Amino acid sequence: MPPHLLLALAAILPFLGSVVALCLPGHARNAAAGVAGLVTVTSLACIGGLYPLAAGSAPVVWAVDWLPSLGVRLVLRLDGLAWIFAILVLGIGALVVLYARYYMAAADPVPRLFCYLLAFVGAMLGIVLSGNLIQLVVFWELTSVVSFLLIGYWSDNASARDGARMALTITAAGGLCLLVGAVLIGRIAGSYELDAVLASGPAIRESPLYLPALVLILAGALTKSAQLPFHIWLPRAMAAPTPISAYLHSATMVKAGIFLMIRLWPVLAGTESWYWIVGTAGMATMLVGSWSAIFQHDLKGLLAYSTISHLGLITLLLGLNSPLAVVAAIFHTVNHATFKASLFMAAGIIDHETGTRDMRRLSGLWRAMPYTGTLAMVAAAAMAGVPLLNGFLSKEMFLAEAVDNTGDHWLNLALPVLATLASAFTVLYSLRFIRQTFFGPPPHDLPHAPHEPVRWMRIPIEALVLACVAIGLVPNLTIGPALAGAARAVLGDRTPDYDLAIWHGFNAPLAMSVLALAGGVALYGVFGRRIDTNPRGGPWLMHRLDGGWLFERGMTGLVKGARALEARLGTERLQPQLRILFLAALVAATATGVVRGLDLLAPGRSTAFDPAFALMWLVGAACAVGAAERAKYHRLSAVILVGGAGLVSSLTFLWLSAPDLAVTQILVEIVTSVMLLLGLRWLPKRDAAIPAPASERARARRRRIVDLVVAVVAGASLAGLAYAVMTRPAVDGIGRWFVEEAYPQAGGRNVVNVLLVDFRAFDTLGEICVLGIVGLTVFALLRRFRPAPDTLERPAQQRRHDADDRGREGREPGHTAADALLVPRLVTTWLFPFIVLLALHLFLRGHDLPGGGFAAGIALTVAFMLQYMAWGAAWVEERLRIQPIAWIGLGLLVAVLAGAGSWLAGRPFLTAYFAYWHPPLLGKVPVASALVFDLGIMILVVGASALMLVALAHQSVRRTRVAEAEAERAAERDIA
Amino acid sequence: MELVLSAGIGILSAAGVWLILRPRTFQVVLGLSLLSYAVNLFIFAMGRLTVGAPPVLGAGAGTAIGTDNVFVDDPVTQALVLTAVVISFALTALFLVVLLAARGVTGSDHVDGQEPHQGEPHPGEPHPGNPHPGKLHP
Repeated sequence: MPPHLLLALAAILPFLGSVVALCLPGHARNAAAGVAGLVTVTSLACIGGLYPLAAGSAPVVWAVDWLPSLGVRLVLRLDGLAWIFAILVLGIGALVVLYARYYMAAADPVPRLFCYLLAFVGAMLGIVLSGNLIQLVVFWELTSVVSFLLIGYWSDNASARDGARMALTITAAGGLCLLVGAVLIGRIAGSYELDAVLASGPAIRESPLYLPALVLILAGALTKSAQLPFHIWLPRAMAAPTPISAYLHSATMVKAGIFLMIRLWPVLAGTESWYWIVGTAGMATMLVGSWSAIFQHDLKGLLAYSTISHLGLITLLLGLNSPLAVVAAIFHTVNHATFKASLFMAAGIIDHETGTRDMRRLSGLWRAMPYTGTLAMVAAAAMAGVPLLNGFLSKEMFLAEAVDNTGDHWLNLALPVLATLASAFTVLYSLRFIRQTFFGPPPHDLPHAPHEPVRWMRIPIEALVLACVAIGLVPNLTIGPALAGAARAVLGDRTPDYDLAIWHGFNAPLAMSVLALAGGVALYGVFGRRIDTNPRGGPWLMHRLDGGWLFERGMTGLVKGARALEARLGTERLQPQLRILFLAALVAATATGVVRGLDLLAPGRSTAFDPAFALMWLVGAACAVGAAERAKYHRLSAVILVGGAGLVSSLTFLWLSAPDLAVTQILVEIVTSVMLLLGLRWLPKRDAAIPAPASERARARRRRIVDLVVAVVAGASLAGLAYAVMTRPAVDGIGRWFVEEAYPQAGGRNVVNVLLVDFRAFDTLGEICVLGIVGLTVFALLRRFRPAPDTLERPAQQRRHDADDRGREGREPGHTAADALLVPRLVTTWLFPFIVLLALHLFLRGHDLPGGGFAAGIALTVAFMLQYMAWGAAWVEERLRIQPIAWIGLGLLVAVLAGAGSWLAGRPFLTAYFAYWHPPLLGKVPVASALVFDLGIMILVVGASALMLVALAHQSVRRTRVAEAEAERAAERDIA
Repeated sequence: MELVLSAGIGILSAAGVWLILRPRTFQVVLGLSLLSYAVNLFIFAMGRLTVGAPPVLGAGAGTAIGTDNVFVDDPVTQALVLTAVVISFALTALFLVVLLAARGVTGSDHVDGQEPHQGEPHPGEPHPGNPHPGKLHP
């Protein structure tokens, strides 16, 4: 198989395995573990087999286009650094799978654990192998999400839920910062591809955006790597099952941050700001972590703080801006992963076999589990930096770097001292871990009698401890080549000469190591008992600084703040909300105007003043103001006045060269007015003579004054803005193009219609969909319509007429209405064919002259509507079956088919076709597919508007019938 | 003309805003109608005002395009407003029906579904106008 496909296989297998594990039944512990083991080992073999290529000069690359428009490719890229991290992820992953198989109880939903675990392996591999920054961020966030699931695996446990939530909040927030940082870097480098970014280091460091990008990227890296002050999530994540802790907090999750810092080290490091941010964070984390680890009574808590401290050490190394320190950082990352994973597993075995992790209750376990004890002891010695083990080698390198880092600042001078101090603390807590757990008097009243675990559970620890010893003894034969490959991948030509030998002679680092070992032992001798009986449980000096408490306070504060804001700005009442909305819009518009220096009255273009136009608008303004005044108590006149304002706006369109708009507006005006009139029937009586309560009057007046001010200001500003724009010269936009191309490209002379049915037909298709949906919604709402009881009766006038009709000889109820409507009925009946003809005329000429589908559809609706008004619904429907819903469907179908027709010619959707046809007698006739589309529009418009009107009109018939039937039934009951 | 039209837009929108802030649903529906006139005219005006030059090509017969004719500056705003006119019709219809349904369900035509001087209704207590609050159908 070609190498790049092998790489893709290794990257994709974990995700496939995850899906497979998800599909397994809940009790299939062995099957799930088998899948997970197979997947990790196969991927490991793939990556392992690629070593000769990865260690070579050019990385193995597999790429596909992902977002070509943004220049983002999906790139898998395996170089020396990626290789060493991928091996850690997969190697320790395989061991954790084996361990987890025996650690997890049969009652737990184990396949789910393996599903998450494999997804996590995939996400981690994704980060490590990413050859593209955006892709890296995506996998980064994926690890945050999957770690949330893993930490909260025992979701019935409150501390697991809290720990998962905190980890997600902190690391996902960091991931968001990282995304912004990655975008900034990509903008500076001109590409998101890692190769391009790595090649433009100097440009990035000199860019003015360097500092923001650095801070954002470090916010991502430091939160993930649990650096101060973001470290608080890591100890709380110990609520996860121990195999997960062993994996997340030794080889993977926390190392993602470290990996990112190493990966971008050639680009970002080497500046003062890098030194101070990364160096200080690492230093503080190392000290606080190791100090806190001393005081933990929980085995996993101790290991968690120890992890924080070691991560701080690695971060500090990266912050020193020295190539040799980078080598040391990579080396320590590997070493820490091996000894910390084995220690976590040992702690898990102790927990599993004794039932507790509290070091104050554990003691003398050596007698029961000598084999596990030995393994744990070797691993702890590696952690403490005892010679002949791997931890010693990298710690020596660290101490050497601490000594070599010269400068005038007090921090530079204090570095060797602080490094030694932290090492002494490490020795102290490693010693305490071993001494408390395995030595001392035999344990009593433990939950279970301790014994050695099953054979298979120890194998992962054995493998890891073997690695610790092998690297410690013969580093050049084991880790040497891989480390060199990784260092070369990061540093390139700047790779320093270094020597992994155990013995460098008597020098300062050795003296510091010895001092730290002796100091740690001595400190334990002096303070060991007092630490165990430490009443508060937390570290000395630091019990006032509780990060978790601060986090919870911060979260509570956020929620409270949001609630306060909601209480202040949000309201369930519509009017205050709208008032706020208008005021906010006014403020925003004014602010923009002030900032951009809007001069409303600058002289510009103008059109000759026409007194008739002004007179017309005088009427229009009077209509608008009158409608506003009368809308409360005199609804009928308000509807008429609104119609008047609409008429004026329609005439304005006509005046100002928009005949299409004028036609459509006036037709819409007719339909809207009729609809509003139909609605009036169901509204409650409102009478100005009924006085409002005195308490309400003052408040109402105040509110009206405020509203009046808001309305006047809103109107004035809109007027000012409109005036300002209208007097500016026209912008040379896209308008001219449409005018010029309407005929050659679409064969239409009416540019507005061509725009609607051809150039922007897709918009129009969306719009008629909206129209159809609104029609159906109106219909659906009215089907379940329940009018208020006081509107159920027939109107007073109708009742009076009916009573009158009943009282006379030879007359039926309804005769009076029929008499009154005699002339209108005749007129509308005669008008009907002519209006239909007008609609067809408007439709057919639409492409070349004002008209079109919209206007034609509404005109046709008016024709139907007039019949309904004059004759009543029952009469019309006996003679004319209109099925508006079918019309809506048909219209949409015709429009879509007209668009899809262009597929037959191999053109994109809605490409219009036109030609001229010369039939005999009629002369030249344009044939355009846009005409079919326009036909669809017309049919749909008829359907939707007729549906709304008919549904509203039916209510009065249906409801009064229902009410009268009920009344009759009640009367019959009374008689019976 | 510009001055007249902008003043007209201002008055239409002021009347619309005033009505939208009123407490009764019917007032709000009428306010929306007036405001949509104002906004449609405003968008239309963004294409500048031209008298007597509709965007219709070559009034005479034949295929020649009247290149020397004067056209409005921007036909695009006209197309936009044409769809906006139809959509505001649909909007008015929808609001009217929602208004009627709300009036049937809550028994009140106040925009908040309850009369302001009744105070806050207790949870679970029916509205005075309707024995089954929250249910649209009997």
